[in-house]
Amino acid sequence: MRLGFFVREAVRALRRNAVPSFAAVATVLVTVLVLGVFIPVVQATTGAANEIRAKVVVDVYLEPDATVADRERITQIIETEAPAAGRVQFISKEQAYREERARNPEAYDLLGANPLPDTLRVIPEDPADVDELRTFLAPESPSGGRTVIDPAIDEVRNREEDTNKILSATHVVKLTMGLLAVLLVLASVLLIANTIRLSLYARRREVEVMKLVGATDWFIRWPFVIEGVLVGALGGTLAVLSLAVVKVALVDPLAADFALIAAPETMHFGVLVAVLLGASIGVSALGSGLSLRRFLRV
Amino acid sequence: MAATARPPRTHGETVAAPLSTAPAVIEFREVTKRYESGDFGLLDASFAVHPGEFAFVVGASGSGKSTIMRLLIKEIDPTSGAIRVAGRDLGAITRKKVPYYRRNVGVVFQDFKLLPNRTVYDNVAYALQVTGGTRREIRQKVPDILRLTGLATKLHNYPDQLSGGEQQRVSVARAFVNHPPLLLADEPTGNLDPETSIGIMQLLYRINRTGTTVVVATHDAHMVDRMRRRVIEVRKGRIVRDERVGRYE
Repeated sequence: MRLGFFVREAVRALRRNAVPSFAAVATVLVTVLVLGVFIPVVQATTGAANEIRAKVVVDVYLEPDATVADRERITQIIETEAPAAGRVQFISKEQAYREERARNPEAYDLLGANPLPDTLRVIPEDPADVDELRTFLAPESPSGGRTVIDPAIDEVRNREEDTNKILSATHVVKLTMGLLAVLLVLASVLLIANTIRLSLYARRREVEVMKLVGATDWFIRWPFVIEGVLVGALGGTLAVLSLAVVKVALVDPLAADFALIAAPETMHFGVLVAVLLGASIGVSALGSGLSLRRFLRV
Repeated sequence: MAATARPPRTHGETVAAPLSTAPAVIEFREVTKRYESGDFGLLDASFAVHPGEFAFVVGASGSGKSTIMRLLIKEIDPTSGAIRVAGRDLGAITRKKVPYYRRNVGVVFQDFKLLPNRTVYDNVAYALQVTGGTRREIRQKVPDILRLTGLATKLHNYPDQLSGGEQQRVSVARAFVNHPPLLLADEPTGNLDPETSIGIMQLLYRINRTGTTVVVATHDAHMVDRMRRRVIEVRKGRIVRDERVGRYE
């Protein structure tokens, strides 16, 4: 009986205040729509940035006369002692030759012989640690050059130029996207809260009367909270439906052609829908309940 | 214990008797209300209203009538002094308990304070829903009280479709539907023409006849003179007169 009463009260309020209710639903609809588009875009972008960062590596060139035992010993050292080392990948000189030749056939045809050394490619766990890893493998000597930690290592390189560029570029992209996401969520919450406050302000007299006839705070608040839930659910559902239409009609056909859209890190659509619906309902219900506080002080 | 340092002019039976055996419905003991602006809404006021009484609180605008009413529904708290209603010390009622207290006090306002988007029936029913009244109880009590107040034909009208007098009747019906032991009316005829006012006063009088204590704050001299009931006069926050059967002036 109690819950039924509160729900009836909420529906009555929605119907009797059609214009503010519509405004609230529209606000939720628009914000959820924007968020629904933006969240996958952020994810795809950071996903792409992460993929690029995964290309940051340290190459350990071995001496031409290094034996299999030497190679295994160095691998062992890297895997057990080096900081931040993720994976160690062995590239034999033949393999390296094939790869490089495929990239630049004329030059390698001219060379005739294979000048490339055996290589241990170390992929750091976190690309940001690449410098640390390199310093471990080739500590700086007091004279300014670099020494190596094992006599079987000829040289340690990390294609410094590329690495730094990749790191700073992806860093900026991630930071910008994160900042935009935070701002957008903040704007959405404020927008919804403000819409709710406006519609409550128009009804503050009603709340005052309810208090004067002896209604408890929660007796007054529940219908408002349920109203918020209904507004959030309605706006959220409409937004999710439009997102689904756009996804099926536009994004899915394109995803086949563009890797960015199909980035594997993008949230699953079902999860995205659940998050958006949950957020819109939660924000509206909380917004209504909290905004009411100041009008309850009678 | 002396009643007050400055006893108001009173007649025999209404002499404030804080320790009398029949508990007063309302008891003000040296109550002072000082607003944040520094103005005194009420200054050292003491009086008692006993069960079944019909009392007028009279005085010019700003004299302190409304302060008394607002103190009685605990919309504001006194700066000093004690107020007891039906034996309960209002100072001891926490903010959380105020709604439960208010259910025992029916209140009628000058501006009616009806819920604009509810019908007459629903406005009165709300006072019962607040107390957790069942649907059966509501279906039974609401038409009864609306018949008593002469609104039987207006059940499904909205407040803005009613005349001022009719709206005030709804307000009275809502205040009385729970049959509270105390009914307060703050300028109930302030927005009404004299003819309609008489009807409202008669209604309040009928409610008083059922045993409910009624306190009416008003500056309607004509009405007070006509009714010949107890009159408590406030002037600049002080109680200057308290007569068993009084006139406005």
